[in-house]
Amino acid sequence: MAGLAAKFGSGAMTNSVAEISDNKALLVIGSNTTENHPIIGLRMKEAVRNGAQLIVADPRRIPLVKFATLWLRHMPGTDSVLLNALMHVIIREGWEDRTFIEKRTEGFDAFAEGLKQFTPEFAENITGVPADDIVSAARIYATAENAGIYYAMGITQHSFGTNNVHAVGNLAMVTGNLGKHGAGVNPLRGQNNVQGCCDVGCLPTDLPGYQKVADAKVREKFGKAWGRTLSSEPGLTASEMTEKMLAGTLKGLYIFGENPALSDPNMNHSIKAFENLDLLVVQDIFLTETAELADVVLPSASFAEKEGTFTNSERRVQRVRIALDPPGQAQSDLAIIKQVYRRIDPEGVSENATAESVFNELTALWPAMAGMSYERLETEGLQWPCPTDDHPGTPYLHRESFAREGGKALFTVVPHVLSKELPDEQYPFVLTTGRQLFHYHTGTMTRRSTGLDKISPAPYIELNPEDAASLGIEDTGLLTVTSRRGSIRLKARVSGIVPPRVVFIPFHYKEAAANRLTIDAMDPISKIMEAKVCAVRLEK
Amino acid sequence: MISLTIDNQPVEVEAGATVLEAARKLRIDIPTLCHDSRLKPHGACRLCIVEIAGMPKPVTSCTTPATEKMVVTTQSAHLNRLRKTTVELLLSDHPNDCMICIGSGDCKLQELAYRFNLRGSRFRGKMRAHDRIDENPFVQRDQNKCVLCGLCVRVCEEIQGVGAIGYANRGFESKITPPFEKELSCEFCGQCIAVCPTGALSGKLWVGYPRQQGLEKTETTCSYCGCGCNLTLHTYGKSIAKVTSRQDNHNRGWLCVKGRFGYEFVTSNERLTTPLIRRQKGGSLEPASWEEALDLVASRLLDIKSKHGPDAVGGLASARCTNEEGYLFQKMFRAGIGTNNVDHCARY
Repeated sequence: MAGLAAKFGSGAMTNSVAEISDNKALLVIGSNTTENHPIIGLRMKEAVRNGAQLIVADPRRIPLVKFATLWLRHMPGTDSVLLNALMHVIIREGWEDRTFIEKRTEGFDAFAEGLKQFTPEFAENITGVPADDIVSAARIYATAENAGIYYAMGITQHSFGTNNVHAVGNLAMVTGNLGKHGAGVNPLRGQNNVQGCCDVGCLPTDLPGYQKVADAKVREKFGKAWGRTLSSEPGLTASEMTEKMLAGTLKGLYIFGENPALSDPNMNHSIKAFENLDLLVVQDIFLTETAELADVVLPSASFAEKEGTFTNSERRVQRVRIALDPPGQAQSDLAIIKQVYRRIDPEGVSENATAESVFNELTALWPAMAGMSYERLETEGLQWPCPTDDHPGTPYLHRESFAREGGKALFTVVPHVLSKELPDEQYPFVLTTGRQLFHYHTGTMTRRSTGLDKISPAPYIELNPEDAASLGIEDTGLLTVTSRRGSIRLKARVSGIVPPRVVFIPFHYKEAAANRLTIDAMDPISKIMEAKVCAVRLEK
Repeated sequence: MISLTIDNQPVEVEAGATVLEAARKLRIDIPTLCHDSRLKPHGACRLCIVEIAGMPKPVTSCTTPATEKMVVTTQSAHLNRLRKTTVELLLSDHPNDCMICIGSGDCKLQELAYRFNLRGSRFRGKMRAHDRIDENPFVQRDQNKCVLCGLCVRVCEEIQGVGAIGYANRGFESKITPPFEKELSCEFCGQCIAVCPTGALSGKLWVGYPRQQGLEKTETTCSYCGCGCNLTLHTYGKSIAKVTSRQDNHNRGWLCVKGRFGYEFVTSNERLTTPLIRRQKGGSLEPASWEEALDLVASRLLDIKSKHGPDAVGGLASARCTNEEGYLFQKMFRAGIGTNNVDHCARY
């Protein structure tokens, strides 16, 4: 998000899901879309049926590969080299959009200079993708009338995730695939309300609507609205909080609706951090691995038992409604937060506050949502920006100008960087992690759904038949997987889905948690963890 | 644009539109069984037949493109008799067990029988006797109720791109089956169940709940991934009986296995039902009242703040919860406690 915000002034999907079927070309990189965003995946398949050319760039033979015109199987962690090589070819062949570059961007010359070393042959060496395929992919993407890029955690969960995002953005800019229908740069949000959670200011540097804490005028605006003087001290990111907990300077933590004890990379490290706190409050619907460590656990309502709004990946704000009563004494998260808040500051929130009144307070503070109300959202969602009561919402961003000062998008030089931990003699395999279709995240919900857990009941590690043969391991045989952080034991799934020397583990299973192995190296800007690349060894 | 006349009413449609689409634009009611506007026209059920001036026999309106100056008749005694016979033929090989059928009340065949006032069929003969196939946790298949409309096969191929099922055999022996009648290789999205016009395909999780009466419907948004699909929760008492999705939304009624079938967690008996407090370090979590738990949270947070300053506390918000909850949470930390230490795990 930090990457896109720096380039375009806004960190969200630039275009809408419905437009995907009108794309002439698609580049899907670092997103196993049909398993992780199945309904967006349907639109991609529809685009292919409509004649679009689909390029899939992924180390794994993901299900979408079956529909692809071209599959680029690059090694994990080499995304930006691959993207830079595509742009190198585009400029070399004169396929760039000169008008767009001149009118709507800045920083092109330095950027183009930075691409010089990224020849297809150079990239072939690093990524493993044949140079000819790189040229073909560049042609397909750059010469299409309109082309969209779709990416997810395969791009961002690296210690240089922001760099990768810059590379993705550069590619769209160089070909003028922004500010128009059926194109754009589209990060697919992994959870139902990632977009909304960012929008409403659950970020250490941003107040609601990406208004910066660092800006005195912004602080004054919110301070006035809330009747309190606001701190100018930038807050800690989640991963920085872990460090401060270990150091003993962060003493109290309140978590709701998250299970970082299982989802954080190098989870042993996180668990130690939680244990070091004076006070850990966890508010959830289940006694999660994180809740088990808490001093106070507050039982909350599930999505079916509460009222409010979620904002989906395409910036669409939609209603959530009460269908059931919460079990026992459980209460909605809003009701619980309200009661805690009123004990801390009775003036902060009214006793009678409802989801709707809180929504109205939010929309009054962010112009992009100012035109929204529960009434307008009654039958259909609205996509922000939606500044006025009669505004229909915005299917795609940056039509006239970018949300940066000066209105232009910024090219960024993306250097050649490597993952923090590469395979060596001791740990010869690259481990990459992710999700699969039948489970979701730490499995808190899906593993309690009998059918889903029946279909996919146990953890597994995917490894290539070649590696299986050299290790003397058969399909469903047990393997011990060890990294510098920890070790787990689980069944092998021998399959050509992964290339040789690369293994994949879904992170849903607490009994063999992939995040005991992953590294907690992080991106210096976004502070995202490097969940997609670390080194492991395998033993029978 | 193309101009034509249907039942003496003029109508204009885009080039490429079918006669059925033109008629629907005029809100003319033509019965269909195998049609779904989200799929390619199929022309299998023959119920949408119409008469077109200049054509010797009735044609299926779903597969006939509208042409300039076409004159169409959709309602006549002759068409009505043909349609009625078609339904009767379907009923001649259909278990007449609506009373105990899971599809009752949500069945196009039942509606057609009602519309044509058919209690049974004039035609008597052999009935199909397929076995129930139930070797998966989600999809219940009752092939004797299948009308071979092909919607399930087409949605699996055209929309889902999976092709888990197809037709086998010919004529009376025709049936829908996985390739070579082997095990089903399926993503369990349930799109086939959503388009099935009868009780042939249904959800296994629906069993044991009322079919229509007593169910309450709530329109809401899925809580899994960022697609944000619209869900209709059908609830009964304290339980979710089934999940469907309306066609007229951005996800066009399509869902994935998690959205359609991954809802049992809501009523899991492992749900937290009371606040819990660990009264001493190293002790176990014990049930407590809300009053005690909330007082403790607030007083301890304030205590840490007064001893170590506001930046000694932090909050992790949830990318799973609502905008309103996220907003109030960050406001509590910023305006209430005085720190910007608020973040969430999925903000990248």
